[in-house]
Amino acid sequence: MNVVSRGFRGRGRDGGVKLPPGQYLERGFPVLQAGPTPPVNTATWTFTVTTETGDSTRWDWRQFTALPAEDVTVDIHCVTQWSKLGTRWRGVSVDTLLDGIQTSAGYVMARSYGGYTTNLPLADLRDGKAWVAYEYEGRPLPPEHGGPARLLVPHLYFWKSAKWVTGLDLMARDRHGFWEELGYHDYGDPWREQRYQGD
Amino acid sequence: MARAAVPGRLSWLVATVKETRDETATARTLLLDVPGWPGHVPGQHVAVKLTAADGYSAQRDYSIAGPPEEERVELTVQRQDDGEVSAYLAGIAEPGDQFEVRGPIGGWFAWHSADPRPLLLLAGGSGIVPLMSMIRTHAQARSQAPVRLIYSARTPADVIYSTELTERASSFLLLHPEGLPINNGQEKRARSVSPLTVTYLYTRAPLSMPDDRPRSYPGRITAAVITEAAFPPAVNPAIFACGPSGFVEAASSLLVAAGHPPGTIKTERFGPT
Repeated sequence: MNVVSRGFRGRGRDGGVKLPPGQYLERGFPVLQAGPTPPVNTATWTFTVTTETGDSTRWDWRQFTALPAEDVTVDIHCVTQWSKLGTRWRGVSVDTLLDGIQTSAGYVMARSYGGYTTNLPLADLRDGKAWVAYEYEGRPLPPEHGGPARLLVPHLYFWKSAKWVTGLDLMARDRHGFWEELGYHDYGDPWREQRYQGD
Repeated sequence: MARAAVPGRLSWLVATVKETRDETATARTLLLDVPGWPGHVPGQHVAVKLTAADGYSAQRDYSIAGPPEEERVELTVQRQDDGEVSAYLAGIAEPGDQFEVRGPIGGWFAWHSADPRPLLLLAGGSGIVPLMSMIRTHAQARSQAPVRLIYSARTPADVIYSTELTERASSFLLLHPEGLPINNGQEKRARSVSPLTVTYLYTRAPLSMPDDRPRSYPGRITAAVITEAAFPPAVNPAIFACGPSGFVEAASSLLVAAGHPPGTIKTERFGPT
């Protein structure tokens, strides 16, 4: 069912840019978060991968930033309908972080300073699809955008790219993260417009 | 009533504009008839989808301004300079026009009227909209929780819901009428309004600007304003801050610095950094 809104013409057809359904092009970088920006100090920062059997691997900031890093340029899509094209990041591929870790887990809970969580299939973090990013546009990632480091999973809606990320818990079975518990989609593919549960 | 979690699919519903009301030079309220709308929790928002005659469509999220109501949604939309959807809603739409909505969306930035804690609201610009839903619901539910609103606007002329806020805030006196007569016909109103205190901040007004509102300050939000106008951490308020990113970042940082636990502060932001 499509209702035509009298007098609405729209402006988004120009530019030749293909965006996911329901998205619009944003040139700024809006900030979305549920609460205050948590203070995260790189002197005490850690990142931990914990397997479904409880084995954990931990890096401090110095160790983490000494890992091989990649520069990536990606489009990002927020569930609040904005998309931003060609954003430039630097960070560590999740493939690098998982290298040598034994797991048969199918899912991951990303955990953040401040208590935020989000769930993803592990396969969506592998094979060059996800990073833990600590630079944005050539500069240290600002706190309001998730600095010192955030998850970057650009092929899913951006709430999956957890800000202030401090760990990945590998899980045999899927569980809901913060927004997912509140009705947002478990997977969140922008090209299939999976914003909310049931989409 | 809406639930915190939203199981099942959120369907698009047809909304018909029933009434519009200009709030300021750039903000307009739209009353929508929405058959099938289940109601909402104050603070939640709704997705609006406009469709042009050639099939092109655009969607955006807007906070709900009214108290929870079935079959009815009240929005207040601030027109953005380059806004595609807001320019239509706040400029072109007239009674009888139709578009689609779905929701309610979001269950985190939401106030439940059974929450007995003092309610501290911080609004920047059109960030007042979801907070107004809370204020109206609070009054409708006859909540006894005290409410303090700190509202930052560019100038007095940019204050949305100006008359209603002044009325609701001054009606507070009638709740505690020691020594004050209650006027005939106002008894019912006196019992049903909220115990609301409003503090205004004007970011682009001259220092000596004239304003008849009793509690107003020039400039942006500061630690001194928080000390003076917010509840102290000791009374454990529920806190909601909504507005442009810079306002919300400043307000929430000041609140944390003043001793409010970060977990008690819920935020909603709009606009780029």
